[in-house]
Order: sequence, then structure tokens, then C-alpha cells
Amino acid sequence: MSTEAPSRGQQDGLQGARAAGALAGTGRLFRFALLRDRLRIPLWALALGGLVGYFGAVLPLAYPDQAALQTRAAILKDPSGALLSGPGYGLENYTLGAMLANEVLGVLAVAAALMSIFLVVRHTRAEEESGRAELVRAGVVGRYAPLTAALGALLVANGAVAVILAAAMLGNGLAGADSLALAAGVAAVGLVFGAGAAVTSQLSQSARGATGLSGGALGLAYLLRGIGDAQRVGGSALSWLSPIGWSQQTRAFVDLRWWPLLPSVVLAALLCLAAYLLASRRDLGAGLLAARPGPSRASRALASPAGLVLRLERGSILSWCLGLFAFALLTGSMGQTIVESFEARPELAVVIGGTTGGDALRAALSAFLRYFAMAVAVHAVVTVNRLRREEDSGRTALLLAAGAGRARLLLHCLAVTLAADAVLLLAAGFGLGAGAASAVGPDAGNLALDVTAASLAYLPLVSCFAALAALAYGLRTGSWWVWLILIASLLIGLYGPILRLPETLLDAEPFGLVPSVPSVPLNGTPLVLIGLTALVLLAAAVPAFRRRDLSA
Amino acid sequence: MSPVIDVHKLSKNFGAVRALDELDLRLEAGEVHGFLGPNGAGKSTTIRVLLGAAKADSGTVRLFGEDPWAEAVRLHRRLSYVPGDVNLWPKITGGEAIDLLVSLRGGADNRRRSELLERFDLDPSRKARTYSKGNRQKVALVAALASDVELLVLDEPTSGLDPLMERVFQDCVREAKAAERTVLLSSHLLAEVETLCDRVTIIRQGRTVQSGALSELRHLARAAVSVVCGKDPSGVALLPGVHDIRRDGERLLFSVEDGALPAVLEHLLPLDIRSFTSTPPTLEELFVHQYSPDAQGARP
Repeated sequence: MSTEAPSRGQQDGLQGARAAGALAGTGRLFRFALLRDRLRIPLWALALGGLVGYFGAVLPLAYPDQAALQTRAAILKDPSGALLSGPGYGLENYTLGAMLANEVLGVLAVAAALMSIFLVVRHTRAEEESGRAELVRAGVVGRYAPLTAALGALLVANGAVAVILAAAMLGNGLAGADSLALAAGVAAVGLVFGAGAAVTSQLSQSARGATGLSGGALGLAYLLRGIGDAQRVGGSALSWLSPIGWSQQTRAFVDLRWWPLLPSVVLAALLCLAAYLLASRRDLGAGLLAARPGPSRASRALASPAGLVLRLERGSILSWCLGLFAFALLTGSMGQTIVESFEARPELAVVIGGTTGGDALRAALSAFLRYFAMAVAVHAVVTVNRLRREEDSGRTALLLAAGAGRARLLLHCLAVTLAADAVLLLAAGFGLGAGAASAVGPDAGNLALDVTAASLAYLPLVSCFAALAALAYGLRTGSWWVWLILIASLLIGLYGPILRLPETLLDAEPFGLVPSVPSVPLNGTPLVLIGLTALVLLAAAVPAFRRRDLSA
Repeated sequence: MSPVIDVHKLSKNFGAVRALDELDLRLEAGEVHGFLGPNGAGKSTTIRVLLGAAKADSGTVRLFGEDPWAEAVRLHRRLSYVPGDVNLWPKITGGEAIDLLVSLRGGADNRRRSELLERFDLDPSRKARTYSKGNRQKVALVAALASDVELLVLDEPTSGLDPLMERVFQDCVREAKAAERTVLLSSHLLAEVETLCDRVTIIRQGRTVQSGALSELRHLARAAVSVVCGKDPSGVALLPGVHDIRRDGERLLFSVEDGALPAVLEHLLPLDIRSFTSTPPTLEELFVHQYSPDAQGARP
């Protein structure tokens, strides 16, 4: 039997020559990946560009003169300031550009890394997990084609981010070469973690596992550069262990150098190579980390919707808990140094809304506690939003048909979320308090205990956000507006004082409504009011969920 | 002419689990071959090896005379595949998914595509998230059948289709046979295989337990009979070829070997039959009777 009809051979002769390799079909899959991401990529790019454009427009208003800029620069000289922002260079003559490069680049890089991780996992491991990759690979598609198409889309996405970022900075009238370097630095971090996700997608059998491994690496990279930058102004050896640190070391807008981007390019290339090697020697759908078998009988703990949610979320809760605790411990241990720097320069204390004096440490810890509560609120919304995916996959219908009851399902999910968030708050509070107490020494008194107990003051507010997410789920409106409220609250809470936003806006910000415990005495009234709001939202969410149709 | 598919002593392990255990499978060009086995027998694993998606641990696997792992890309120009559980991209329409799959195989006949859409009664403008299981299956079927290929690999392709659509599918397979295409049809529905296939291979726990023409297989099977009579019918137990007699209230249940049914009917007719059903054995029953431990001795 002849292998090919002559007419078909002629018809796509060129394609035939290309189809011989392991890359066959890459072009088609690449275009398809871009089609699938035609909204996501521009949205990420515009969001990041918009953030920079916004900062570029607002920071000159917040820091109108050099004196104001220098007070800002002083924060970066302090270890804790460096920990949360960047290495600190050009501090002697701080400028808007240097501020972006020192303090905003890290955030942008983390965002680009997340975008890249999601993108690569979505187009590789998630495709295999769903079985779609098998359908695709049954066509004339080479072994490396899906991975190559995903890496191509990764390049496009980070390219788009870099272009929009550079354009936003140039639009703000910043220097051209330095703007390009900063944008390239963000994209370089994106590429490294995208390539890393290509590797974890070979290792883990599930998309969630692949994302988790990559996300863990990203957290580690941020922590390494944070500790490195805190050790010495301008960064230390630890900063150089992190791709985020490399991009920050370009010293854009101060003393521009391009070569620190080179390690990122090399690392990304090596990770891609590793991904290809791993992909070449495994079955489609298989992971290199073997999936362990589980129990064949359900334990008693699993026998309720709450038990199921807890089981599904326990890995995620545990990693949040460890991550928050470690970060809080570190931040807490820096507390004393911050306070000392405030005593030298009282004008700085405004930035964290604290005061100087005997309780300055407590004030600083109270401000930090608020930041950690914001992270816990994000966890609450993420967890409640999982309900949507459960429903879309048909699993919710299965539970309801088994007699779980809609109200019970929703309330159990919320109960587990809030119990987990209480633990997360306590972990963060204990980390902060213990870290600070260990730095202060025997004079600390009940500091650790006080901060730990104070953390629970944020539980009503976290419940409010969880109930808001439940309402969005009940109404099936999509969760975008919940995120909008949460992110607006976070941005106002984090940057409001720095940007000198109007007092009324700062007062209305939800996290500002909670008393700054433990530095001020606990006032129960706002907490009760916030708790009641959560109950009202919940009372609306349950009937809304009961009334509507389930999705397919 | 060399066989289209030639699998010899194929083994595949997943960790400690032996999924395929020296499995044999052979398809000649132009035949419609049923690939049967209960859930977990290894049908899909075999197909994944044939598609080059999984690597054989040992044994030889030849597709069109070549190694499907090494030559997957070239070989895939000559085959189409339909999985049993079709998962599509939620925000992509059925029509887009068909075009993607077809273009990955090297293009298709547009006329044939629209003809198939009409026959399978599929609306290609709907997003995949709104499709039922059956409709997702149709997307994969249309994409597979629209290409002009030599081999169709179908892994439980009708598991979500209604009876009308299953009939359309059967017509399509007959047309493929008329066009001298080769078809590997994995299934656990004996009726579907009976109407379509020339030859079958039955596997169990990763091993080939029976392979040959369908007529050969059928004589291994026993029909299940259920009868209610006015007079006591238990005398059928003495007839040759009657097995497994048991009572369920006034109903008498037993199984009858191929060829023994006329004698059974003759025996029952004078006994005032009130109800009589004879069901061809399901595949599972075939396994139970033919391969249960106590029947091992009866194995040919």
C-alpha cells in the first residue's frame, strides 16, 4: 500500500516537509493558543501598564519636591522597607524613575510571573489533564508541538507586557532606555517563571499541582531577594539568587546596566531545555511525580459538605498558613529596626499610620497586621469562588442530588473558609508577634500573645468579603465586582496614606474601619457592625442561590 | 499485504499496576475490528500506545508497519481518532474545534464536513461549554470522519449518543468500510460490535483472551432465557446445553448454549408458555461464563 496519495502529497508539500518533525503542528497550535488567550493577554498587559501609568501620574502629586522624595528614600534604606520593595539604589537623589524601579518593579515582576505560570500550565498540563491533548496529539502533531506553542504564547504575552509597560513609562516622560530596561526586566521574570511552569507541568500530573510548584518557586524567589535586599542597601548575595533580584539589579533610572538580565535569559533557556527533555521521555498525561493511591473508604470526617470542602482545600490552607507565618515572622523580626528608624525621622511614621513613642513598635505591628489581614481576605474570596468551578464541572449537582441541600452546601463552605481564615489570621498574628518579641528580647512582655489575639479582630471583615463572594456566587453575577471592591480596598489601604488620598476615602476603606489593634484599645462596636453586615450579605446569598438554576 | 495494526506481546505498567500483559492485536487492511473488554481491561491504554501517546514497556507494536512512538507524526496523517470521553475547550465553538482538529490532520473536505454536521444534527456555532456529552462526542466524530484517512481509531465512540445518532454512526462506519478504510472499534457494547464488525478481539486484565471472526465468538456465548409457564418447566434442566438454572418467583431463568435453543423451545411449547424472553448475552455475561475461575477448564 502506498503511504500517500500523490495529489495530497502535492497539495501540502511544504507542510509535509515540516510535519516530519516533533514540532509538526506547532504553528497551528500557537495560533490556537493566542485565539484562546485573545482577551487574557491584552488584559494582563493593560492592567500592568495601567498600574505603572497610574503610579507615574500620581506619585509626583504625592511627592511634590525632593524633600518628600528623600523621606521616601529613607524607608528603603531600612531593612524592612527593602524587604517589601527593592534593593535600594539611587537613594541619595531619589527620583520618580528610581522609585518605580526600586519599589514597583518587584510587584510587576510577580504579576508577570503569575500571568506566565497560569498561561503555560493552561496550555500544557491542563490540556493533558482534561484529555484534550490526547485528541490534539492524535492529529499530525509532534511530541514537542503543544509545549512549543505554549512557550510561543508565553513569549507573546511577556512581549505585550513589556511593550505596554515601556509605552506607559515613556508616556510619563521617563527616559527611554531605562524604561525599556525596566519593562524588559519584568518580561524576563515572566519568561523565567513561565519556563519554570513548563518544567513543573512535566513533573506534576495535575494542573493545580504544576501551578502550586511554580507558585512556591515564585514565593521563594521573592523571599530570597527580600532578605537579600534587607541585608544590605543595594542588595547582597541572596538578592542575586532570585530572578526578581536580577531584574532589579539593572538599576534602571539610576545607573543603567543591561547584563543582569542575562542570567534570566540563560535560566529561562535552561528550564525550557529541561522541559523538552522531560517531555520527550514520558507518556502523554503522565507525571514524573507519581500520584499516590488514597484510602478506599471515606473517613467519618468526609461525610458532610464541610468535610468535603476541608478535604479539597486542606493542601491550599496549609500552604497559605505556612507562607503567611513565615512572611509574618520575618516582617515581625524587622519591626524593632523600623521603629528605630522612625525615632530618628518622625516624619516617616506617617507612612504606616503609626506614631512614635513608647508604643511605636506596637503601632508598626498593627499596621503590618492589617496588611496580612488583606492577604487573608484574598484567600477567603478565592476559596468561596471555588464553588463556581465545582458547579460548572457538575460536581455540585451531584452533591445536591445526594441530598446535601443548597443552603447547607453554601453555609458549610463558608464555615470551612472562615475557620481556615481564623487559623490564617492567628498564624500571621503569631508570626508577627513572635518575630518582634524575639528581636526585642526580654522586654517584649506579652507582645506575641497580644498581636496573635488582635489578629482575630479582622475576622468579621474577612467574613464580610467571604459573604460578598458567596452573594456573587448565589446571584451568579461573576466575581469581578467582588475583586474590584477587594482590590480597591487593598490599594487604598496600602498606598492611600502614601498617595495622600482624601481623608474621607481613607476612612471608608474597609480595612481602615477595623481598630488598629493591638496599638489602640479594642472597640467592639465597629466589629459588631461589620459582623452584622456579613450576616446580612449571607442572608441575601442563601436565597439567591436557592432561587437560581444550576449551571450545566 | 502487511497488517495495518500488529501488536505482539505488548506490556505496559503504571507503577506497580500491570495495565497490559502481553497483549496481542492484529488488524488487516479494510476490516472493521471490534476491540472488546470490560472497564479497565486495557482498551484505552492499548489505543494510547497505538497513537504514540504512551510508550510500550515491552513487546512490538506496528502501525502501518512502523513504530507509533517514533513515527507518530507521520503515521497520524493516515488515521483519525475519537476518544470515549471527549473534553473540549469551553469557550471555543464546536465548529472551531472541528476545524482545529481537522487542520491539525492536514485539512478536510468542506462538503463532507457540512454533510456530517447535518447528519449528526450538530449546531457548530455553540460554545463547547453548552454541549452535552453526546454533542461533544459528535464534534470529535465529525472531525474524525471528515478527513480522508486510511484508519479510524474509535474508543467507545458512541458512549454518549442517543439511539438515532448511534444509527447514523453505524452508517458512517459502514461507509468507511465500503471505502476500504480500516476501523478499530473499541467498545463494551456487544450489540454495536455485532452489527458492525467482521472480527473481534476480546481482552481482559490486559491480556487477549479471544480473537477471531464474530461467528466463532458467538458460539461461545450463551443466551439468557427467562420463561413463565402454566406447567412446571424445570425439566429443561435435563436438556443438553442448558446451564445455570434458577428460580425467581414463578419465573425460571437459565442460559442456553448456541444451537441448543430449538430443543429448549420444543420442550417448553407444550407447557403453556405465558412469557418467554431470550436475551443474547452481554459481554459481561460472556466473560463471567467463559473466563470465571470455575470455567477455566472449559477454555478452548
